[in-house]
Amino acid sequence: MTDQIMIKAENVSKEYRLGVIGGTTLREELQRLGARLRGRDDPTRKLGESALARGERFLALDGVSFAIRKGEAVGIIGHNGAGKSTLLKLITRVTAPSGGRIGLNGRVASMLEVGTGFHPELTGRENIYMNGAILGMSRSEIDDKLEQIVDFSEVRPFIDTPVKRYSSGMYVKLAFSVAAHLDSEIVIMDEVLAVGDMAFQKKCLDKMRQAATVEGRTVLYVSHNMSTIRQLCDRVIVLNKGKIVFDGGVEEGIEQYTKSSVGFQTVYDCFGRHTGYHTDEKLHIDTVSYPNKDYPSFRDAEPIELAVDYTASERLERLAFRVTVKTRENQTIGMAASPACLCAEKGKNRVLLRLNADALAPGKYCLKLVAFSMGALGANQTHDVVETACAFEKQCGGDSDKLLWNSSWWGHLMLPELTAEETDHG
Amino acid sequence: MKKKTDAAENFTTVISSEKKLFDLRLGELFRYRDLVLLLVRRDFVSKYKQTVLGPLWAVIQPLLTTVVFTVIFGSLAGLTTADSALPAAVPAFLFYMAGTVQWSYFSSVVTTTSGTFIANSHVMGKVYFPRLAVPVASSLSNMISLGIQLALFCALYLVLALTGQAQASPDAMLLLLPLVILQLMLLSLSFGVIISSLTTKYRDLAMLVGFGLQLWQYASPVAYGLRLIPERWLPFYLLNPVTPPLLLFRRAVFGVGWFHAGYYLLSWGITLLLFAIGVLLFNRIEKTFTDTV
Repeated sequence: MTDQIMIKAENVSKEYRLGVIGGTTLREELQRLGARLRGRDDPTRKLGESALARGERFLALDGVSFAIRKGEAVGIIGHNGAGKSTLLKLITRVTAPSGGRIGLNGRVASMLEVGTGFHPELTGRENIYMNGAILGMSRSEIDDKLEQIVDFSEVRPFIDTPVKRYSSGMYVKLAFSVAAHLDSEIVIMDEVLAVGDMAFQKKCLDKMRQAATVEGRTVLYVSHNMSTIRQLCDRVIVLNKGKIVFDGGVEEGIEQYTKSSVGFQTVYDCFGRHTGYHTDEKLHIDTVSYPNKDYPSFRDAEPIELAVDYTASERLERLAFRVTVKTRENQTIGMAASPACLCAEKGKNRVLLRLNADALAPGKYCLKLVAFSMGALGANQTHDVVETACAFEKQCGGDSDKLLWNSSWWGHLMLPELTAEETDHG
Repeated sequence: MKKKTDAAENFTTVISSEKKLFDLRLGELFRYRDLVLLLVRRDFVSKYKQTVLGPLWAVIQPLLTTVVFTVIFGSLAGLTTADSALPAAVPAFLFYMAGTVQWSYFSSVVTTTSGTFIANSHVMGKVYFPRLAVPVASSLSNMISLGIQLALFCALYLVLALTGQAQASPDAMLLLLPLVILQLMLLSLSFGVIISSLTTKYRDLAMLVGFGLQLWQYASPVAYGLRLIPERWLPFYLLNPVTPPLLLFRRAVFGVGWFHAGYYLLSWGITLLLFAIGVLLFNRIEKTFTDTV
């Protein structure tokens, strides 16, 4: 029965109180009670704070309903605070909903920040039992799977060492292995793949993929890493402000999610953002925009088109633009300049720049924009500098190297494929 | 959150906001019995890891306390060790040890279980398992220490009896001993659970535990005999639910002492009432404590 419903949420909501939750002491509470009885103002309330603000409610989840069938791998995406983790907490029964119902069919294995159940004094082996028991496995089940777990975790030589001596990578590998081998019908993962080295990440993804397709388990996966979502899931649920805004195919869902992202615009106003010390102010960049785009996301070899609107205070010849690609952490990656053959008329002008970003690795980037002219003697005269003119996202499809690109290891440039020629030895 | 058959689909688990007032879900706890056993093991193993003497500490602590009590309260202060008008039948050392062993069990269970939610919030905030497993496990792991200490107590008692220093004659009351242990277990668990439930919101109580237990010890006949308490204060003094089981223990093992069925039953009544309050609070808190802790 493959269309059996495994998780069904009906109108689920979760309410939190804003402000300091539970941060009261008994004395404050008694003072408040006393004041209420005497009909006075709450003495613990800060001046200027309205009575309403203190008791204000916040709906982390607001009427969420969905049904997930057996063998489905569902990705849950949304911005920080959209309610993803709250939803998982409700499904794993860490906290109870304020309203609505969730029906579950079978056991739930959660990998929310794996390894939290580890006790530092116990050895790896003892912790496997401990963690397995916390996740609901019985002793005999763990006995059966111990060898598999140890093999998968790649920490066999250290299995009888207390985990407080482990490196953090070993710690996570062991914890993931325990959770991955739990015989549960439903597997829940929250960003667990952010840790561990590349090879292990890939191994985990494969294991999860296999769990869904071969073993028919239901996988719920939360991540901000769209490439792993693409790789693992066959359906996504997009949450925004506690509500489901999309439920369906992966590509459409990611599109929906990235569109509603903040920080990425299609038109950037450069007013007040000009920097640079030796500018002659003969030219002012007004706006930078991505024409024909809903969202600044570029795939594979697609060139990045930038429309730059600027105002010149006089006629300028041999004008050129230079863009510097930077990471979101402001690390410069590379530069591209246009030939100095533009000519600006006095007044408003527009130029269309096309940047070939084929070599750029998947990730989020910013552009620095410089307008300059080549002087008669070959010296450059800088007119205007906008340090962070605009931002965009580069996405790549295709082989798994591109999907799992880790820029902290491989940098931000994808060099052309290595050529290899077999030659005779000697 | 209990097994329930839905009209349309059969869900093994249904999560909703409903709360049951008195629902311990012992069945679920039983299914997680391996976890309880592992927690007991963890408590016990991690407590004595990297110590030279290991579980010997479970013996050294009460022994030293008993020595101190014997010297200070017995020899220096000269407090009575008699619970009734009859003269004490055993040396003061055994008398103090009987009280200390029970009290150390009681107070260590209260101390460890009162931190249940806060000390384990990092695990409980990530994974679901029956929350009751933690206090039950710490109660059981302290039971192991109690067992070791009682064994030592019996050994000393036997030596003293054989050398003729103890004229005590235990009687059929010994059969009530399991009840005494059970009552101490329920009492300490109830107190611990009540405190742990309240500390998820009010941290003040956590401050009170160590200090309060110290005061409480002096309000219980641990370091002195019941004869010390003036007759007219007895009705109030005996309201302390720990007192009757402590006295019954000494009465049963020494054959001399104080026992009053009325007060004993009253203490059971108080124990069960506290237990009910504990269960009520625990059920109220456990589902959503991660939001407030």
